[in-house]
Amino acid sequence: MTPFVRHAGRVAALPRVNVDTDQIVPKQFLKRIERTGFAPVLFHDWRYRADGSPDPAFELNQPAAAGASILLAGANFGCGSSREHAVWALREHGLRVVIAESFADIFYANCCQNGLLAVRLVTGEIAELFARHTRAAGRYDVVVDLEAQTVVDDAGFHAAFSIASYHREMLLRGLDEIGRTLLAEGQIAAFERERWNAEGGTAGRASDLAVPRSDFRVPRSGEGDVA
Amino acid sequence: MTPRTLFAKIWDAHVVHRLPLPDGPELLYVDLHLVHEVTSPQAFEGLRLAGRRVRRPELTVATADHNVPTGDRALPITDALAARQVGALAANAREFGIELFDLASPRQGIVHVIGPELGLTQPGMVIVCGDSHTSTHGAFGALAFGIGTSEVEHVLATQCLVVMRPKTMEVRFEGAPASGVTAKDLILALIGRIGTAGATGHVIEYTGEAIRGLSMEGRMTVCNMSIEAGARAGMIAPDDASFAYLAGRPRAPEGERFTRAVARWRRLKSDDGATYDARVTLDAARVGPQVTWGTNPGMVADITARVPDPAGFASAAERQAVERALAYMDLQPGTPLEGLPIDRVFLGSCTNARIEDLRSAARVVRGRRVAAGVRALVVPGSQQVKAQAEAEGLDRVFREAGFEWRNSGCSMCLGMNPDILASGERCAATSNRNFEGRQGRGGRTHLMSPAMAAAAGIAGHLVDIRRWA
Repeated sequence: MTPFVRHAGRVAALPRVNVDTDQIVPKQFLKRIERTGFAPVLFHDWRYRADGSPDPAFELNQPAAAGASILLAGANFGCGSSREHAVWALREHGLRVVIAESFADIFYANCCQNGLLAVRLVTGEIAELFARHTRAAGRYDVVVDLEAQTVVDDAGFHAAFSIASYHREMLLRGLDEIGRTLLAEGQIAAFERERWNAEGGTAGRASDLAVPRSDFRVPRSGEGDVA
Repeated sequence: MTPRTLFAKIWDAHVVHRLPLPDGPELLYVDLHLVHEVTSPQAFEGLRLAGRRVRRPELTVATADHNVPTGDRALPITDALAARQVGALAANAREFGIELFDLASPRQGIVHVIGPELGLTQPGMVIVCGDSHTSTHGAFGALAFGIGTSEVEHVLATQCLVVMRPKTMEVRFEGAPASGVTAKDLILALIGRIGTAGATGHVIEYTGEAIRGLSMEGRMTVCNMSIEAGARAGMIAPDDASFAYLAGRPRAPEGERFTRAVARWRRLKSDDGATYDARVTLDAARVGPQVTWGTNPGMVADITARVPDPAGFASAAERQAVERALAYMDLQPGTPLEGLPIDRVFLGSCTNARIEDLRSAARVVRGRRVAAGVRALVVPGSQQVKAQAEAEGLDRVFREAGFEWRNSGCSMCLGMNPDILASGERCAATSNRNFEGRQGRGGRTHLMSPAMAAAAGIAGHLVDIRRWA
């Protein structure tokens, strides 16, 4: 994962609340089995008219938004489906930061996994950023500093944001979370042993772990290949 | 000992270790990992690239549901990309030793329908899946939540997940719902009350007389839509209804082991005096049949209401969102919801395609005909539900009324397969999301209960099921 320390860039504004991941990447584009190829379909149904031409009314199609790397949006950004494709599309489009009053939980976790910094600011700060973006006719730049946990512009805007130290570390260092967890292999194995040995275990399946797999499989047809 | 919530009991029992950070997440053990074709291929590819294996293939179960056609199963999938994705799941399942319920299996179905149906879903478990509606499994007193593809890869590789401990919210439904008011109406009423971000960062525990009175199917409908209120998960303490549902299921413990499991499961309830971070109480007796009018599940009203006026909303952001939604839905403020003409009916999805849902819809349509110009579709939640419905003759009831009777899958809930709305079509749907374009670009979705959707198909317009003769 690309580390995120500090980023200066152009802001694109999407003043809509509850932007769901179905809008960020519509379902008809979820059939790819790769992590790439999603930038062209980012916000597809908003970005393009039914005939495939760009809709000039859509905020991200405005000339000033070209090359923007910071997205400013309304509250509850990324709600709905868990599709990580939404984050892959935003990243591939060149976005490094999304700033909003709030984010949906799964979307926020997906951002942390992909080096996309999701910055939560309070209502007044978000309103001020939108106002400055409008006054600058969309030619508005800010600096987002993860080490300092601040968003600033060169005209006096200054906002501090909070982020869990775990997520901050992950982003700052571009960590591979799986590699990190595998360092706890001893603890995971010990946890499993304890639960198998416990009479009944703490959850339904714990006691089943010791049962040979063939004992609790149901017969199935058509194993493997799909028609 | 400090009284604990149901959530805390399950969480605490699954903490492998707490990371040494002040606000540190915890490493949580996963008992059951459900996998489907759309959110897993990149995760398996990640394992291959890193030379990693699936740590616990026996705790991992896969099915193809999201993009699969619901027509004749003997025919190949004509959409090349969909076929490649389903093929990738089969290849990955083989390579990594994961059990797969594929299109040829009589156990295939929507992942959140087959988990409980197989008895894989059990009280006290931590269950994850790369799908936001994983919250469904919480109906059994499990902690179940949706994750992204990177986290799917993490669980495949480690059988654990790094998670921040969420907050808790009690949602209490007091009183008994009136006749014609279903689990779907209760959960839609909640989302209407607290909004689509009302429970963000929280795990909801549903309590109260109305919840206790629900069947397991109804409880699954309620927990399923927890995510539409922004919740990380939804859960209900298990009771005799849960144990009766699980008894005899293929993967549930048998005999003496089942008896011991039930004794253990009975302890899975919030202690008296346990505290929640937030509390919401609704009077179920005052909830009417609900129908959505906008483009998110929080834009919902009683069927007797009228399309709201954007001017009546408090904030500029809300007014703008409502104006946008009404333009998309082609609705004028003040229009009565009852009587709104529809073009399509979709009976399906992980929210409302279980046997009880099909029975309730069949009761409404029996001996009647779908209105002229309306196209109606029944997509059972699993092949087992389909077989059960056919054994009860429900397929004939639907077919004779002019409904199409399909094979199982997610189908028109998200329209990844050929089942989609045409632009401008208005659909009475039993699914969970009315987002713009969800069921097809330009399509207009009204969410409601199975009986309401079925009745709308017969009448050709939205109706109040309480006045259905």
